[in-house]
Amino acid sequence: MSSSASAKTAAPASTRAKPANKAEAAADYLDGRLGIYSLAKSNLRKIFPDHWSFMLGEICLYTFIIIILTGVYLTLFFKPSMGEVVYNGSYAPLNGIRMSEAYASTLNISFEVRGGLLIRQIHHWAAIVFVAAMFVHMMRVFFTGAFRKPREINWIFGFLLLFLGFFDGFLGYSLPDDLLSGTGIRFMEGAILAVPLVGTYIAMFLFGGQFPGTDIVPRFFTIHVLLIPGVMLGLLVAHLILVFYHKHTQWAGPGRTEKNVVGMPLMPVYMAKAGGFFFLVFGIIAAMSAIASVNPVWAYGPYRPDQVSTDAQPDWYMGFAEGLIRVMPGWEIRAWGHTLNLGVFIPLMLFPLVLLMIAVYPFIEAWITGDKREHHILDRPRNAPVRTALGAAWISLYLVLLSGGGNDLIATHFHLSLNDITYFVRVGSFVVPVIVYFVTKRWCLGLQRRDKDKVLHGRETGVIKRLPHGEFIEVHAQLPQDKLHTLTAHEQYEPVELPAEVDENGVARKVGLMTKTRAKLSEGYFGEHGQIPKPTAEEHQEITSGHGHH
Amino acid sequence: MKKLSARRRHPLAALVVLLFALVASGGLYAAFAPAEKAQADSSAQSLAIDEGKRLFAVGCSSCHGLNGQGTTMGPSLVGVGSAAVDFQVGTGRMPAQQPGAQVPRKQPIYSQPEIDQLAAFVASLGPGPVTPTKDQYTATETDAIAKGGELFRTNCSQCHNFAGAGGALTQGKYAPSLENVDPKHIYEAMQTGPQNMPSFPDSTMPEKQKQEIVAFVRYQANEAPNPGGLSLGSLGPVTEGLFGWIFGLGVLIAIAIWVAAHTTKAKKS
Repeated sequence: MSSSASAKTAAPASTRAKPANKAEAAADYLDGRLGIYSLAKSNLRKIFPDHWSFMLGEICLYTFIIIILTGVYLTLFFKPSMGEVVYNGSYAPLNGIRMSEAYASTLNISFEVRGGLLIRQIHHWAAIVFVAAMFVHMMRVFFTGAFRKPREINWIFGFLLLFLGFFDGFLGYSLPDDLLSGTGIRFMEGAILAVPLVGTYIAMFLFGGQFPGTDIVPRFFTIHVLLIPGVMLGLLVAHLILVFYHKHTQWAGPGRTEKNVVGMPLMPVYMAKAGGFFFLVFGIIAAMSAIASVNPVWAYGPYRPDQVSTDAQPDWYMGFAEGLIRVMPGWEIRAWGHTLNLGVFIPLMLFPLVLLMIAVYPFIEAWITGDKREHHILDRPRNAPVRTALGAAWISLYLVLLSGGGNDLIATHFHLSLNDITYFVRVGSFVVPVIVYFVTKRWCLGLQRRDKDKVLHGRETGVIKRLPHGEFIEVHAQLPQDKLHTLTAHEQYEPVELPAEVDENGVARKVGLMTKTRAKLSEGYFGEHGQIPKPTAEEHQEITSGHGHH
Repeated sequence: MKKLSARRRHPLAALVVLLFALVASGGLYAAFAPAEKAQADSSAQSLAIDEGKRLFAVGCSSCHGLNGQGTTMGPSLVGVGSAAVDFQVGTGRMPAQQPGAQVPRKQPIYSQPEIDQLAAFVASLGPGPVTPTKDQYTATETDAIAKGGELFRTNCSQCHNFAGAGGALTQGKYAPSLENVDPKHIYEAMQTGPQNMPSFPDSTMPEKQKQEIVAFVRYQANEAPNPGGLSLGSLGPVTEGLFGWIFGLGVLIAIAIWVAAHTTKAKKS
């Protein structure tokens, strides 16, 4: 074939062989337009390490997808309107009752729309599990130190996802306009009104007038289905891109370094695992939704500002706010014609800042350690006692507040006095985290000592030997090499030293408050009370060479 | 007359005058006082009162006093009416087992005829709410449940919960669950306001509205279907959150552990 002829008839002659089948032809077509081959080449063999705790993020992702899918279905039937109608539908006990279109359409979804109740329950259960999974995922990342450089920004993204998840869940809970959701909105109105000076204006602006008005449901609907999910989707994509870009963290072990990832490739192992896991998650959520009822709106009845039911709590993730409000004394200050409602302002505006502390923790720890290196090997929680103790204290504070939010149910089910529980939560939210901090820290140190003992003296075999002079001893066996590596792979920081009091010229040095604080904190983290020095090779050598007493 | 006036400074004169005055006023009262109530007592009624008084002396008087006048241990029962007795004894709350924040519902100790006798005795101490008849607490209209639901959510659900599952009050007191409560007792509770409950006499809540509430409670706490599956106690988001954590996330984490444990074993194959 002459070159001129080929230029005429098959000008874009492929550099590749003719496609073997239609699938390859289709892939060629897409590659020519989307460049999928290079994308696939660089990513399909991406390695992911294997550990169950690395799948917590997957649960979040899949429940989020389930929420979006079911949410779209619900929007097809939900009427976000506060227009009044008289109900005449298949739920007889509400026939003839005045209610908003939002509530009537939710009843309609539950009783008239095919599969509507199941989809509604999947949506709600998935939301409850979604936030719970995000919470546990965040704790996993926290306790293993996976937030360290280069992942601090991704930690913030994750925290924002959790925070937005709280709010979107709360808005979704408010939409059906049943008695419970209306009570929740009333609670929120109270929180807004407690903002000093501008609270009233913000509330009027948000509700379009006096509570409850007619604007709130359509407004919440837009925020619930469009604004927050849109932002969350963006953050989620960024979160995942960063996971790909940083590569996944891994546990310490033989052959695992800060520069590699040991695990299985995305294709085919993780494609199959993750794909299968999605269906398992969907299956469990669907089974839950088929078994147990969630938010039975028909039983609550339509919202009327003059009605309220006991057990009016928010979904679990907002329970800490409920607890704060329930236990806070009703203090207020009146001055210059204004009322500062401390009973609401302190718990809902100031106290959440304490919970936000966990978001900035990576930066605080990085400042204390002064470590600028990348970390891809995870810490075992016991090897970072202060961090682990702080995390546990944070969780305990959250749980104490959560129990304050459910104080009435604790009172009725455990036959306790509601007032006693309230007093306990008031004191406990200050005392319990401190106790938990010290217990957890001691616990971690104890486990570190145990590890050290295992490394130096081996594991207990359970074999009891009697020596010639009658003494009984238990025979210890040396750990295998890979175990020894895993138990001693962590690195330990030295506490930061304060600079010498006089500089090289003999002039007294000025040491700033920040430097002093940092040195104090560093001593607490990495000083003799903050960690057990890990066994050195020499110690191990000395004991195992036979000169030791064991 | 002289004789009488001669003794007017006698030391006992004042006493005699007083006796005369008392006899006169007592006699006049006996002659003119309304006697309908005493006459209305049929012999069966007074028999019941007698029997009730005997039961009362054995089972109740240690706290409420021999004549129901109340002691430091228990309140006076004058004027509580037969409805209160029927409720308290019929739901097993009385006689109480022990003092405490609130007397719980338990298996009744007295039979219904005995309760009626006790009620008759307590009712005889002073007028009060009367035990309702079946027509009084049974609603006849078809929309009674819907109307009752509206009334229940306005007046009752703040303590008893939207589904009548009960709720906490202060200092260990509580609004009990309304599940499996006899309609008559629901009606009597509204009439008499037992323990920490406010009372809803006919002047504030007409008989018809009480009937509707009874119809709703009976429906909600006993007959209502649960289209969504398990009700989880109808206790709102707290139990839902627990269920979600344990049976949702808990199961999913167990599955994640299982999936992670069953991976391709490159080395062993």
